[in-house]
Amino acid sequence: MTNSWTDIKNTDLVVIMGGNAAEAHPCGFKWVTEAKANRGAKLIVVDPRFTRSAAVADYYAPIRQGTDIAFLLGVMNYCIANNKVQWEYVKAFTNAPYIIKEGFGYQDGLFTGYDEAKRDYNKSTWDYELGADGYVKSDIDHPRSVWNLMKKHVSVYTPEMVERICGTPKDKFLKVAEMISECSSPTKTMTSMYALGWTQHSKGSQNIRCMAMLQLILGNIGVRGGGMNALRGHSNIQGLTDLGLMSNLLPGYLTIPNEKEATLDVYMSTRGFKPLRPNQMSYWQNYKKFFVSFQKAMWGSAATPENNFAYDYLPKLDVPSYDVLRVFELMHQGKVNGYFCQGFNPLLSAPNRKKLTAALSKLKYLVVMDPLQTETARFWQNHGEYNEVNSGSIQTEVIELPTTCFAEDEGSLTNSGRWLQWHWAGGTPPGEAKHDSWIMSQIHLRLKALYQKEGGAFSDPILKLDWRYKDPGSPTSEELAKEVNGYATEDITDPNDATKVVLAKGKQVVSFAVLRDDGKTACGCWIYSGSFNEAGNNMARRSTNDPDSTGAYPTWAWSWPVNRRILYNRASADINGKPWDDSRKLLWWDGSKWTGYDVPDILPTAKPDVVGPFIMNPEGTARLFTRGLMRDGPFPAHYEPFEAPVVNVLAPKIRGNPVARVFKGDMEQFGDAKEFPYAATSYRLTEHFHFWTKHAHNPAVMQPEFFVEIGEELAKQKGITGGGWVRVWSKRGSVKAKAVVTKRIKPLQCDGKTVHIVGIPLHWGFMGETKKGFGPNSLTPYVGDANIETPEYKAFLVDIESITGPTA
Amino acid sequence: MNMELSRRQFMKGASAGIAGTTLGALGFGDIEAAYASSIRPWKLANLTETRNTCTYCSVACGIIMYSKGDLKKGEKADIVHIEGDPDHPTNRGTLCPKGAALLDIVHAKTRTLYPQIRKPGSDKFERVSWDVALDRVARLMKDDRDKNFIAKNGDGVTVNRWLTTGFLAASATTNETAWATYKVVRSTGILAFDNQARV
Repeated sequence: MTNSWTDIKNTDLVVIMGGNAAEAHPCGFKWVTEAKANRGAKLIVVDPRFTRSAAVADYYAPIRQGTDIAFLLGVMNYCIANNKVQWEYVKAFTNAPYIIKEGFGYQDGLFTGYDEAKRDYNKSTWDYELGADGYVKSDIDHPRSVWNLMKKHVSVYTPEMVERICGTPKDKFLKVAEMISECSSPTKTMTSMYALGWTQHSKGSQNIRCMAMLQLILGNIGVRGGGMNALRGHSNIQGLTDLGLMSNLLPGYLTIPNEKEATLDVYMSTRGFKPLRPNQMSYWQNYKKFFVSFQKAMWGSAATPENNFAYDYLPKLDVPSYDVLRVFELMHQGKVNGYFCQGFNPLLSAPNRKKLTAALSKLKYLVVMDPLQTETARFWQNHGEYNEVNSGSIQTEVIELPTTCFAEDEGSLTNSGRWLQWHWAGGTPPGEAKHDSWIMSQIHLRLKALYQKEGGAFSDPILKLDWRYKDPGSPTSEELAKEVNGYATEDITDPNDATKVVLAKGKQVVSFAVLRDDGKTACGCWIYSGSFNEAGNNMARRSTNDPDSTGAYPTWAWSWPVNRRILYNRASADINGKPWDDSRKLLWWDGSKWTGYDVPDILPTAKPDVVGPFIMNPEGTARLFTRGLMRDGPFPAHYEPFEAPVVNVLAPKIRGNPVARVFKGDMEQFGDAKEFPYAATSYRLTEHFHFWTKHAHNPAVMQPEFFVEIGEELAKQKGITGGGWVRVWSKRGSVKAKAVVTKRIKPLQCDGKTVHIVGIPLHWGFMGETKKGFGPNSLTPYVGDANIETPEYKAFLVDIESITGPTA
Repeated sequence: MNMELSRRQFMKGASAGIAGTTLGALGFGDIEAAYASSIRPWKLANLTETRNTCTYCSVACGIIMYSKGDLKKGEKADIVHIEGDPDHPTNRGTLCPKGAALLDIVHAKTRTLYPQIRKPGSDKFERVSWDVALDRVARLMKDDRDKNFIAKNGDGVTVNRWLTTGFLAASATTNETAWATYKVVRSTGILAFDNQARV
């Protein structure tokens, strides 16, 4: 989230698209209700199902899953055509006026530079034209300005085209577009609340970018009641992302080197972030300070200027990432021997279950650390049709380690709104369950002891890992949190007076502003710096004070970065530093500095008409055109899901996202509409959380049994009755379920074809208190988003038939 | 909930029994306060309160856990009740159906309790001690790492990576656990590292 849950009360219009907050985030959704009741805010829901969010919406429009880009570019086209643009904001704070290189173009669904064999682009033309001064040229009236290119790019998405692609009736689309366009007023704000309904597509990143672009032309980023608000899933999924527990990341969105970056100098050469416009902050210019401080937190005194701060201790990538899809593919090929699942149940949460079981069966060892008995830890157990395997033929050694749950553990979790909230342990762990940090320490210490005793493959990074905890076998949460915040590794003196120590060795740094690239500071994750400084554990703060009731709650817990509650908040004021909306002030220029309700997201003394609000970008502005930063285009474009009920009407030759990675053999496992005529989507129920609550008694009673949801029209056609049994199958698998026939799902008319939708909730497996059941991953295709490899769970094809159910 | 019920029952009884009397004259507010104060001390006298955060979604509702026994005093603590934290700015004491049933997941019958190992080809888990389990994990890791670690790629560039073992991390653990996990995993050279953020 750019904003926070409590800030939603400040909005005038909520758009829920790609999510279902009323059911999946009920207590956060209450802030929508608050805005509706107290501000007269309106709620729009766009979804294939008439969800409970839709049930309380002021306006609902149906859409076929996987066509959000066409819809949103249609809204942008409407706003531009009707001059519903926050022009002052667009001209000052976005890259709309910048000129793009000659040669860049878009035709037949493809941008310049496509290589069909590689399924990739040569992106050399997707960039700015630079002047002799090294700065990007700017002229909004130029035919190749971002604005003019974008205007042309979206012009094809007329209301008629939106109806053809999305199945949204034209009048409904126009009503939504009109309501949204009103938020181009500087005194009207819209917020976007989205979740997996946007991410779980082969073009998920572009779904989100589309809305970000729309929010920018409406002037809704950086303001109270605005923003791009990702409603994240797990309680600390934001934290694990921030801390970089992903193949290609270091903490704080730094990146793991690839093997072409053989030395620290080469690695840094592409991370200079020289400003692209005069006087811009281009804050990533501090990259090296964050990187070196991270290396010091990892390897302490073993990271020295002489060894480039242990640069060689980091593994180097040979592919963009070893994401979960690539790893299961390699496992399936027999190229992975060991796998750890810490609180993760991939047998139910990665796509194409049949392939997953085959892959896990090829492992030599599997280690599962979990507070619950997961299906993954039991993938080798025969559970009849719910897990039909031959245990004797599976040679994987499986080690299951019991862990504590939230109630027995202490530490911080980062919520969707970037608040780090400390919590305390209140219960004794059951049986012999242990904290995950204890288990990880024990693994480290035992591995280290083996290397000390036996020697072996390059062991320095293990032997020299900084592990100076009071009890190395069991570091405390406080010790770890302090390391994440950062501290001085040596006395740091005043640059003008070497005798004056400004930060003594061992003291906590106040924030990332004092981190250094000379090794005198260590910091686990720069964006969390300030969370636990010499003022104490700021994450444990619990003041409900909220000056002037803005919804910021600045002294409740701590939010990254530097306790800032709304990102890009300088954009809440115009080019002179005057708030766009006096009734919703956030930050303003008092003549000499920025002041207001939030920590300024800019140098406090940066003059408003000189320094742009988007300080992480070398331009200082936000990007409507992303240059070469996304694999599938500098603008979003409509692509169908890999399994779609209709062809791409804009580019009939293109299947799915033209650059999404597809492994050998998986393309052949995609079904087509002739064989699998119905458009399926997965979803979640308000009574369940993923695959956990089936282990909890009350939720298991409330929703005890797997079902699929279809509309009355399809039920009638196929002779399916509510409560009757059905079989649903795709090219990859088959499931049996009870049918729930509802009015919530209605067929859509797309390009002259009737499209029926099948909804498949995902909470069942073969462990826990519910009845045994299947999940959508028995059916879903093995393909992910082109940029970040999130699997396409929200749009795929199935067939359905009525069957005789089991006799009770 | 109990409070609401009791209020409704009281109203019902009151309207039937004392016709024509106004609510104010009944001293309604006093009775409610008296009822609440009869519950409160019982809770506080016998149980330890601990602030925590709901373990499910990223709304991160504040909760208060009530336990018999105080962990901080070194006692065995058994959580007997969990409710929304009324002081929390986001949820203001409310919880969704999942959060309202948090106690059930803490005490789920299918919690893992002991380290277990399933041997190749076996159809069952066998209970082992932590020492046996952890030593085995370290042994399996080291053997695989020593055999498959890639120090240099084909071009002679130092790459120091280990691709034959992977690690999926948990998006419901604390930031502090995540940091400890990060250190341990990366120090081995593992690149097949991911968490639920991807799915």
